[in-house]
Amino acid sequence: MATIMQGPAPSGEAAKAPRPVFEIEGLHIDYTTELGVLHAVRDVSITVHEHESFGLVGESGSGKSTLAMGSIRYLASNGKVTDGSVRLNGQELLGLPAKQLRELWGSSIGVVYQSPLSALNPSIVIGKQLAEVARQHLGMDASAAKARVVEMLTKVAMPDPEAVMKRYPHQLSGGMLQRCVIAMALMTDPSLLIMDEPTTALDVTTQAVVLDLVAELKREFESAILYITHDLGVITKICDRVGVMYAGEFMEQADLRGLFARPLHPYTLDLLGCVPHFDPTPEKRSLVTIPGAIPRVDELPPGCIFAPRCEFVEEACTIARPPLEEVADEHLSACRRWRIVPPPAEYLREATAALRTAGASAEQGGVLVEAKDTEVHFKAPKGVIRAVDGVDLEVRVGETLGVVGESGSGKTTVARAIIGLTPATGGDIKLRGSSLARTTGKRPRSTLREIQMVFQNPDASLNPTRSVGDAIMRPLTLLSGVSREEAKRRAQDLLRSVSLPVSYFDRLPHELSGGEKQRVAIARAFAAEPELILCDEPISSLDVSVQGSLMNLLMQLQVDKQTSYLFISHDLSAVQHLSDTIAVVYLGHVMEIGDAVQVLTLPFHPYTEALLSAVPLPDPDVKQKPIRLGGSVPSAMHVPTGCRFHPRCPRFLGDVCVNEEPPWREGQGDHRIYCHIPLDELSRLQTGTLVFSGAEPAAGSIDYGEDDR
Amino acid sequence: MSRFILRRLGFMVLTVLLASVVIFWATTVLPGDVASQTLGRFATEQAKQELRHKLGLDKPVTTQYTTWLSNYVRGDWGDSPSMATKVRPVVFERLRNSLMLALVAFAMYVPLGIFLGLIAALRKNTWPDNLISVGSLAFIGLPEFVSGTFLIAIFAIELQWLPSQSSIDPGSSFAEAFPYLILPGITVALTSLAYVVRMTRSSTVDVLQMDYVRTANLKGLPPRRVLFTHVLRNSLLPTVTVVAIGIGWLIGGLIITESLFDYPGIGRLLLFAIERRDLVLIQATALLIVIIYVVANLVADVLYAVLNPRIRYT
Repeated sequence: MATIMQGPAPSGEAAKAPRPVFEIEGLHIDYTTELGVLHAVRDVSITVHEHESFGLVGESGSGKSTLAMGSIRYLASNGKVTDGSVRLNGQELLGLPAKQLRELWGSSIGVVYQSPLSALNPSIVIGKQLAEVARQHLGMDASAAKARVVEMLTKVAMPDPEAVMKRYPHQLSGGMLQRCVIAMALMTDPSLLIMDEPTTALDVTTQAVVLDLVAELKREFESAILYITHDLGVITKICDRVGVMYAGEFMEQADLRGLFARPLHPYTLDLLGCVPHFDPTPEKRSLVTIPGAIPRVDELPPGCIFAPRCEFVEEACTIARPPLEEVADEHLSACRRWRIVPPPAEYLREATAALRTAGASAEQGGVLVEAKDTEVHFKAPKGVIRAVDGVDLEVRVGETLGVVGESGSGKTTVARAIIGLTPATGGDIKLRGSSLARTTGKRPRSTLREIQMVFQNPDASLNPTRSVGDAIMRPLTLLSGVSREEAKRRAQDLLRSVSLPVSYFDRLPHELSGGEKQRVAIARAFAAEPELILCDEPISSLDVSVQGSLMNLLMQLQVDKQTSYLFISHDLSAVQHLSDTIAVVYLGHVMEIGDAVQVLTLPFHPYTEALLSAVPLPDPDVKQKPIRLGGSVPSAMHVPTGCRFHPRCPRFLGDVCVNEEPPWREGQGDHRIYCHIPLDELSRLQTGTLVFSGAEPAAGSIDYGEDDR
Repeated sequence: MSRFILRRLGFMVLTVLLASVVIFWATTVLPGDVASQTLGRFATEQAKQELRHKLGLDKPVTTQYTTWLSNYVRGDWGDSPSMATKVRPVVFERLRNSLMLALVAFAMYVPLGIFLGLIAALRKNTWPDNLISVGSLAFIGLPEFVSGTFLIAIFAIELQWLPSQSSIDPGSSFAEAFPYLILPGITVALTSLAYVVRMTRSSTVDVLQMDYVRTANLKGLPPRRVLFTHVLRNSLLPTVTVVAIGIGWLIGGLIITESLFDYPGIGRLLLFAIERRDLVLIQATALLIVIIYVVANLVADVLYAVLNPRIRYT
């Protein structure tokens, strides 16, 4: 079994052993809280070498940020490193006087944060914030520091650095800001670069550009990178080695390809299984779910901490805690039974089930909702905001229409127009053939009942002072007109159907976890027995394992109740996983629409192509041609002429794109692409945009392929 | 920016106009008659009529109002029946005195309040924080006539360091008046101190938790530099607003303190005018106080916008 771990070293420089830069050994971090002392991180060790990037993966509560920040001794006042050793270039950091530690921060240690907007001081111009580092650590005067900032901003491919330096943070886009923060972190050529979810707050296209940049800087700078993320897809783009954390400990550590090809811990296997596999086939399968939740660190089980949720548990697992041991070459696992952990492909087949076939109801069910020429224009002081600008959509009975696009594409506004929260200013929206009034106030209750919505943030969409039961009963009494007793009975049934205990009926939202709250929001949406549920990024703010279980729930409820969904997301993987048909929207207009398999296979609209190329897939063997979009989505107040995508289009033809609206080009079935380029030409140009590893490789015959990342 | 200020100025004028209507209406419905006040109880009806005619009091109320307002704008604030002199010079002299008292109080409580607020925030949930927070809260609840009386009892009567009354000659220079300004100044400062302390503390506590403070620390900047460059700049914004709005109160709202110490400021003048039913003086003083409040608010808004680059000037 261990033989599969062999192969060329991922960095390709096998000749001399790389120098270890950052070493953490047996680190323990405690927090003193009202509940007592919490052992947040326990006996954790990692080594990061020069030019290497170590990915720290885990769900929220896994302790990954605590580990990273605690290792450089930046903890909240109630946090404390209680044991262990942390060495940077051989120098011990624990026990170092605060003054010397501060000299290392910002010079030998650079940090990049999750949200660049909040990481920069809102009332100081960018240039000054960056220059501060050069002046503090490189002993430069104002003009030398300024020159250094320009140099660094140029290195991170910032257009017009001199102008950017005079801007305040709120005047720049997220992608630009993150480049500034990266430039700041690399200013002093640090030995260690800590990146804490640096792309999580960015759009997928911007994320791709930033990830490319980090990959490039990794080659240029010698820094060892500690890369924290919850996103297994991002890991594949950046990291050489990966450590999977769970409730404050490592479950597994391995090199990237080893980990993805052959995880040797059930938790890693589950994590890989609960994210949608990018796989354009009509068969809709469930995802792997991990029962239960991450235990609190003060309520850890006596044996293996993952045992209560583990598929492969046996009695011995629950008695003594297994250590993290090297079970194969450079591959560490904390599982006693690592030998029986199956290969991912095999496990996925067994642990998931086919729920339905996409498009099966195309002929029978018919169209439920049809939006024609939908327009939502807002009047602003300086012009008209064309948020939705002529969108045609169809949702068929019992099916899911996925709507995907960057932020600012108008996808949420379309949904709000359909449900009547934001009145459409043009076009016609029909439910079962009859036109809907534009606002909820003018729609009869029976219509209101038929369309419900699940919002992105359950904290904001559930009233904090109303109990779970009240929230679910409200649509029943208001829209379905049932008695209170009947409503209560049905609400309890609904709780069961979203896999929540009936005892939650009297709880308040703040007593629930994020995933549980979203389950309540889903139960509330289903309470009125609607025909259509609009799901507006319902899983985006949740952990991957919770996302997986919610997608399963949505799909199961759809099969049971024949409800139609409009599923809005920026996450192409989630959209392709759930949808029968997909609409790709850009700046208030549909660019491509059709059967999900058709949209995700050749030919693509150039925008779809860019999205597909940007989505970080959790599979190091998929090859994606790097097609990157410059800039950001233009303002909906100044929609470009001709094809509205032309200023950013990587396949821009010329004047025709600027001056003329593109034609709708008809593909197979109802597949349509809004582009000046003919479909066969698109197919020819786009060959190789997304190449899957093909048939699932059998265990023991992994072909690592050439590394073209 | 200039558009923003113009808009605010427009609102300001509107507010003052509205207040002038209320003030005028309130003074006209008050019992009492200027003519009988001026001429005394035993004046003949004819003499009163003549005076009313001379003052325009026999005209409709709206005409009286517009005449009064246009005169006010032109600087003709009328004659005070009770003081038998032009109103405007008196009001401005008292305004100057109030400004002197405000300045002394301001110089005491603003720096001290910010300092204590910062200490409390930086030592959050330790004994210095608790002491400062509880102490300042106690002074918020203490009325000026109580704290003022205590101060008089201790520093004027017991220790005899300072005068107990501040009934100076209204025309005194700042240097002459200074010893008389200390006790009333402390009285005012004690009441205002708590607002500054609490605002500084809470906004600094918030800012200290911001991601950009973490960034500044992990840049390796010395703690003092983090505090002065990155924390204060943002955390003092709300304090600046509170302080600027407080200026209005500090100048126009010290009726109790000025009366307690018998200090010839504008608040004391207003009280005097009300006691004497001197409608002309009431109108002039009250409207000036309104204008001071409105200007202080404008200053607060503009200051906030200037200091905060995120504000859009709309």
